[in-house]
Amino acid sequence: MNRDTRRTRLLLALLLLTSITLVALDHRGQGKSPLDGLRSIGAAVFGPVERAASAIARPVSSAVDDLSSVGRNTDKAAELGKTNATLRQQLRTSELARNRAAELDALLRTAGAGRYRVVPAQVVAVGAAQSFSWTVTIDAGSRDGIKPDMTVINGDGLVGRVKTVGPTTATVLLAIDPQSAVGVRLEKSMEVGITSGQGAAHHGELSLELLDGQSSVVTGDRLVSFGSRGSTPYVPGVPVGEVVGVQKTVGTLTRIAAVRPYVDFTSLDLVAVVVEPPRTDPRDAVLPPPPARPKPIPTVTVTVTAKPAPTPTKKR
Amino acid sequence: MKTSRVLVAAAVVVAALAVQLSFLARLPLPGATPDLVLVCVVALGLARGPGFGLVAGFVAGISTDLAPPADHAVGRWAFVLSLVGYAAGLARSETRRSAFVPVIVVAIAAAASVLMYAALGLLVDDPAINWPVVAELLPTAVLYAVVLSPFVVSAVLAMIHRVEPEPVSRS
Repeated sequence: MNRDTRRTRLLLALLLLTSITLVALDHRGQGKSPLDGLRSIGAAVFGPVERAASAIARPVSSAVDDLSSVGRNTDKAAELGKTNATLRQQLRTSELARNRAAELDALLRTAGAGRYRVVPAQVVAVGAAQSFSWTVTIDAGSRDGIKPDMTVINGDGLVGRVKTVGPTTATVLLAIDPQSAVGVRLEKSMEVGITSGQGAAHHGELSLELLDGQSSVVTGDRLVSFGSRGSTPYVPGVPVGEVVGVQKTVGTLTRIAAVRPYVDFTSLDLVAVVVEPPRTDPRDAVLPPPPARPKPIPTVTVTVTAKPAPTPTKKR
Repeated sequence: MKTSRVLVAAAVVVAALAVQLSFLARLPLPGATPDLVLVCVVALGLARGPGFGLVAGFVAGISTDLAPPADHAVGRWAFVLSLVGYAAGLARSETRRSAFVPVIVVAIAAAASVLMYAALGLLVDDPAINWPVVAELLPTAVLYAVVLSPFVVSAVLAMIHRVEPEPVSRS
């Protein structure tokens, strides 16, 4: 095994061939793959490992800089430093708890406004950027009533949908993944379109395709999910994002716009899986109240001061 | 002796995967995710040669393909990491020449792995493969792997040599 022998080369060829065969088998399925059984074994084995690793990593990541500052001088200094680090870590942990409480608050507000029945969950693992799939693992699985194709939200809006489910974990396909396509509706108007993810390209913006080429979409328009048939995979009324740019397209049947999602996909933590869709479409109820615009009022007063202008014309 | 070496390698791979998915991928770093699994596979190859590196790479790759957030075709990372482990094993005899050899091997492996994985995506027409984005990921992927390598490679080598001292080589 130690040196490059004929046997090793044969093994290399064999393993590479196996890998390629697996890729081909998995690809042919599309949707339902013959390797789904293998995947669920993977989820059953690595899910608990990730849950444990995430539980350990949570306080560690916040205390990394504290511990690194602990010097290695005399015993007493080390001891004092350790106490200090522990105290700081406790402080951090309570800060963490406060953050989580705020996140939970926002989540409950969203779920309440839309009348969604949700199961809260926490992100325990994130896919690598070089895998080119934007997915996360959450710590709720089939034992918590999670099923594939359920909508996942957080306090800001739409996160994605459940792709695969393990016993204690589930994989969520984020809305920014190129495989994601979400039916959306412009706030107030009934204009519908489809947003699709573009991955890391275009600063994580979604691409919106409006089905009506004549539609009057402008920058600042807000989007909510339209709701899929039977509310799977997407329930209606979840805030998706805001239009940040409209492409001038000539001679096409659809209009393309760029949408900045409400959810910050780089720092996902607490999410909720919608296990029961609302009985009625919440429409725009889940969107935060539109930003108030008191500024136009001063411009009105400016036009009033311009009034004296007609008087000189009278004299003429 | 041999089983203890295999156990150490398995533990290294599982631990690296867990740390990568649950900790490194969540750090707010620009560009690529630090690929700890890749660095470990290179280290295992450097520790015990092409055969061992190949098997370790295949197992690490299959694990990466199956561990939950993964959503790509199973076998893609297995292919890439098998080759990486094998190639790193071939460079084993060079490690005695200079202390920089492992770092260079890791840097080449990091760049090659990103490119090979993306190229395999073409085979299954992965819609996410976008060459400008791949090019953007390359420098950070190499940088993070190089930063990790001095610690990880020496730790893995020390662990392997501890359970199984290196035989007197004839080469």
